[in-house]
Amino acid sequence: MNAAAARIAFPPNWWARAGWLLLAAYIVYACSLLDFTWARFMVGLDNGARFIARMFPPNFSRWEILVKGLTESIEIAVLASALGILISLPIGLFAARNLMPVWVTWPARMLIALCRSFHPVIVAIVFVKAIGFGALSGIAALTVASIGFIGKLFAEAIEEISLKQVEAVRATGAPFMNVITYGVLPQVFGRFIGFATYQLDSNLRNSTMVGIVGAGGIGGALFAAFQRFDYDFVCAMLLSIIILIFAGELLATRVRAVFLERSRVNEE
Amino acid sequence: MTASATLDARTWRRFTPAQRIARFAVYLGIVVAIVVSFRAVEVIPEFLLDAPEQMADLFKRMWPVAFGYYPAGVHDALVETLHIATLGTIFAVIMAFPIGIMAARNITPSRPLNFVARLLLVSSRSVNSLVWALLFVAVFGPGALAGTLAIAFRSIGFIGKLVGEAIEEAHPGTLEALEAAGAPWFSLLTIGYWPQIQPAFWSVVLFRWDINVRESAVLGLVGAGGIGMALDTAMNLFQWDRVAMVLVAIFAVVIVAEIVVTQIRKRIL
Repeated sequence: MNAAAARIAFPPNWWARAGWLLLAAYIVYACSLLDFTWARFMVGLDNGARFIARMFPPNFSRWEILVKGLTESIEIAVLASALGILISLPIGLFAARNLMPVWVTWPARMLIALCRSFHPVIVAIVFVKAIGFGALSGIAALTVASIGFIGKLFAEAIEEISLKQVEAVRATGAPFMNVITYGVLPQVFGRFIGFATYQLDSNLRNSTMVGIVGAGGIGGALFAAFQRFDYDFVCAMLLSIIILIFAGELLATRVRAVFLERSRVNEE
Repeated sequence: MTASATLDARTWRRFTPAQRIARFAVYLGIVVAIVVSFRAVEVIPEFLLDAPEQMADLFKRMWPVAFGYYPAGVHDALVETLHIATLGTIFAVIMAFPIGIMAARNITPSRPLNFVARLLLVSSRSVNSLVWALLFVAVFGPGALAGTLAIAFRSIGFIGKLVGEAIEEAHPGTLEALEAAGAPWFSLLTIGYWPQIQPAFWSVVLFRWDINVRESAVLGLVGAGGIGMALDTAMNLFQWDRVAMVLVAIFAVVIVAEIVVTQIRKRIL
């Protein structure tokens, strides 16, 4: 009787409560460390209102610069995706631990990790110094990013395949290249299309940004307009970039639908 | 007789004609896009010719890495970067939760509200974090505040979308039981939905934090605080050995963040 009365349907979880308290303490500590104050925030809101007022209406009068930047961004994205996919195919294959010996997978995995750990914009800085200003550095930087992303996922996809088919192809006495093309690639093709379209999409987003460090595309014009306080032109550029990215996303979904069945499209 | 003859003449094909045409169109589109881009892109041959030399020169200038510069110029910036990433993720979660709830069709049965929430999430995702940073630098001035808000606003779309999807997938049994017991709306959230979406939620947050650590390292290039500022300064002064130091620091932090995330994932999920 007493025990039944003492039972609580949802007993308080003291560990969780302590955790939330710690989180709150961290927020207060970090905010004070980074010097976030209410006064600063209010001043910012004031600035923000003026800023937005100057952004509208968007100014499309210098559309030549806009179109030139956007086309260069698209070119960078297309070429970087093509190059990146081409290079990441063998690297991903070398990094798959179920097909390759350890002394091959290790260097390949190191290379992929190195490519993945830097943001494309930072990689672009290095290439701008090495190759000079322009679209070529942007292509190189995004190629590196693509190798990191597709290489990793491609290797993981290959590691998950069924080895029965590989063995069957091997049993017929097929040479190594035929084992790859008939035993391995058909099993990962669907997922590969998924990564490739995703990477094209992601490259399109980043190709509008690498211009900030001088690697071509619309980013350079965007950054310059910001520094000249041409906020109405900035607004025009941002709107066009968003439209471009939407179009890219739609295109990627369409391409996926061509190659994969309906259910797989949703899954990817 | 004739029937078997027509049967023999039929050959099996994997794809329907429409599928084959669609595939061919995609392949053609890819080739055309690559060729057109290749011909149109502006490449300056002189720059390309001396690229190997320039690359060698760059690495020569970067070596030896100025490790002595770490305590004076890099450490504080690195800690600031981590705070920007963490605080940005926390703020994003706080803002993403209401929007995610609004986007979930089972908990918010109003189509216009769903649509508004989805629009907010999509617009947050389609603006790059560097653009968010530029906007907030213009509003709040250079510094970590702009960086944190940039990270937060960029992450809302990601976290909100996945939280909304997790809520939509929640099993309705528990919720009906709670409703039948007369639980108020807020208890439905905390006792009905929260335990169900918790695993998905933590994995999303950890994943986003990992991405945010990488992204917050570049925000300083546009003046939004963190280690990017140190990178920018060193670059503008052509102190390539210090640039190398900053790059090594970023590399180390990114690797450590990834290890931390994988370990936490293994332990709690």
